[in-house]
Amino acid sequence: MGLFGLFSKDKKQKLDEGLSKTKETFLSKLARTVVGKSKVDADVLDELEEVLISSDVGVATTIKIIDRIEARVAKEKYINADELQTILRDEIASLLEENNTSDAQFELPVHPEGQPHVIMVVGVNGVGKTTTIGKLANQFKQMNKSVILGAADTFRAAAVDQLIIWSERVGVPIIQQGMNADPASVAFDTLQAAKSRGADVAIIDTAGRLHNKVNLMNELGKIKRVMDKVIPGAPHEILLVLDGSTGQNAFEQAKQFSLATDINALAITKLDGTAKGGVVIGISDQMKIPVKYIGVGEGINDLQAFHKKAFVNSLFGE
Amino acid sequence: MFENLTEKFEKAFKVLKGQGQISEINVAETLKEVRRALLDADVNFKTAKDFTNTVKEKALGRDVLTAVSPGQLMTKICHEELVELMGGNEAQINFQGNPGVILMSGLQGSGKTTFSGKLANYLKNKKGKNPLLVACDVYRPAAIDQLHVLGEQLGVAVFSNKEEKNPVAIAEAAIKHAKSNGHNVVIVDTAGRLAVDEQMMEEIAKVKAAIRPTETLFVVDAMTGQDAVNTAKAFNDRIDFDGVVLTKLDGDTRGGAALSIKAIVDKPIKFVGTGEKMDALDVFYPKRMADRILGMGDVVSLVERAQEQYDEQEARKLQKKIQKNQFDFNDFLAQLQQIKKMGNVKDLMGMIPGMSKAMKGVEIEDDAFKHVEAIIQSMTPLERENPDVINGSRKKRIANGSGRDIQEVNKLIKQFGETKKMMKLMSNKKNMMNMMRQMKGSGMPGF
Repeated sequence: MGLFGLFSKDKKQKLDEGLSKTKETFLSKLARTVVGKSKVDADVLDELEEVLISSDVGVATTIKIIDRIEARVAKEKYINADELQTILRDEIASLLEENNTSDAQFELPVHPEGQPHVIMVVGVNGVGKTTTIGKLANQFKQMNKSVILGAADTFRAAAVDQLIIWSERVGVPIIQQGMNADPASVAFDTLQAAKSRGADVAIIDTAGRLHNKVNLMNELGKIKRVMDKVIPGAPHEILLVLDGSTGQNAFEQAKQFSLATDINALAITKLDGTAKGGVVIGISDQMKIPVKYIGVGEGINDLQAFHKKAFVNSLFGE
Repeated sequence: MFENLTEKFEKAFKVLKGQGQISEINVAETLKEVRRALLDADVNFKTAKDFTNTVKEKALGRDVLTAVSPGQLMTKICHEELVELMGGNEAQINFQGNPGVILMSGLQGSGKTTFSGKLANYLKNKKGKNPLLVACDVYRPAAIDQLHVLGEQLGVAVFSNKEEKNPVAIAEAAIKHAKSNGHNVVIVDTAGRLAVDEQMMEEIAKVKAAIRPTETLFVVDAMTGQDAVNTAKAFNDRIDFDGVVLTKLDGDTRGGAALSIKAIVDKPIKFVGTGEKMDALDVFYPKRMADRILGMGDVVSLVERAQEQYDEQEARKLQKKIQKNQFDFNDFLAQLQQIKKMGNVKDLMGMIPGMSKAMKGVEIEDDAFKHVEAIIQSMTPLERENPDVINGSRKKRIANGSGRDIQEVNKLIKQFGETKKMMKLMSNKKNMMNMMRQMKGSGMPGF
């Protein structure tokens, strides 16, 4: 089986397309660093550092990658500058492997007594939570699973309407109490509905909140506790959505949200913009929480399960 | 707001602390730290590089004579550079016209719709305008509803047309509507778009050409990473916006994007969004922001005050006095009072030429000068200028006047004499070398 065992051809194409901008700048910058160089010296490493940092890989991970390449150059002595691309690819791939998280898939774990799988989606404002939920619901629907959405973002103007439109587009039911309702109460209703209707999965939207707002972060805890009362162990998955164009603050977001609630999956959105893939490398390296989904386009099907090798291959155009 | 960058800066400047002079070598290490701090704050790689280079040039050019400490001077230079980089003075937006037209642009999720609401609220309540919000985001589900909800909350009229899918047509109709309904400012909210999406960029360029706004704003999330410059540049190339709005600054982001955008496209940052409430909008003050970035307002003003009082001329005058052995109790007292006024005694001792070396290793308490002052203030002008005239009876009078023992008066006069001698020696390099040699020759331990 090839590298893309579970990775269909059109998905690979979409990933390539989505990342094409990143790849271009990444590769063209990389190519520039080795022009006229016969071997990897301090200058080349300096340039490489710039390439990585300008791709939002982050200072810590960049230093880690540079150190490794430096060590390898020292050991193998005669590394040709042309080989730099291959070496970099290897190092990034192995860095992602070390994270010890397995590649993600769209799948729903089975819970005792056939209880629905519950996903709570959280994140700061404007990262694309609602859109991600719409795409996620679409994926599960296509797997012939019964999905139910909960509109617990009752704060932002018209957030409920936005999710209603998504529920119609995908063709799944939605539980909502309108704007300004108590989000915990919406979550409670959604889970009860999911339970009584025998749904496979319930996805709860929450209002965007900046991670340094203590009261809003505490509210997440309350929503979570209420869900646990309806279905013990719920939510099973707390998905933190990060905007792929966010810089180093993404790490702080992951840290603070993890402290407030048990984040166990990450989704990185908007990777189809310019030069944004780097943040995925930094986050996979620095965070123990696995990157589960990536958003690579605006279409309803443009949410993918994150595969490390496929990602690196796509980044390097292979 | 920018606390994290501040911490980094403080750490960076620690490297410089305790160094005597700003030299190529000690500045290099600090600048490396500063650069890393800026990169960690999402400042664009090139901007950070340019910034540290400028700071380096300015720092090496500075006369050490006027320096408080190299670290503090570096802080001040960085502060000046940050203010400069972020645009000197605050910029206003242009909403004049009949009606004035403000066009919003930016990526998805940057906060255009929320900011449109805030701006409408600001123009209505602070500027006495009658704004009209226009919903031109025909793509994102419920974006039009979102603007209607905000309009209702604020009591501001909203123009939309759910049947029309062409933003240009909506915007044009809205301006007609504004004219006939007495709205003097029109705020056009548009869909979020990626800078690489050719079709969408073409669309906003068309909207701009059709409605010819008096002000085009680029809305950007303060948390944006290295890509901020590419996005800003692409939007600027296409629609030549007039100003930038920085949103979500109430988070804990270091906000480096603000620096890079200003540096790369050279357009002023006009507003900042600081919360989810409709009145959480602030005009952007570059100086205030630089203060926050450094979080060292005290140090900066200390350096400024110190420089006011110890301008180069004055310092040279004092230096001359010392060299001519004319340093008297008046100078001594003046120095003490300056020091007291400025607080941190130990740091400030370093500003008095020759003093930092002479006083090295001497522990100074904050009220250590109280008695010394009392003694000097009990001297006559003649005694202060010519300490040699102070004889036994004068000493007795001074002791009585200041309420101190005669021994203490003696001690001060003796210390003053020694300090004066030391200062004269220290101020002359040749003498200093001689002194070192003498000390070496005399077989003193440690030399």
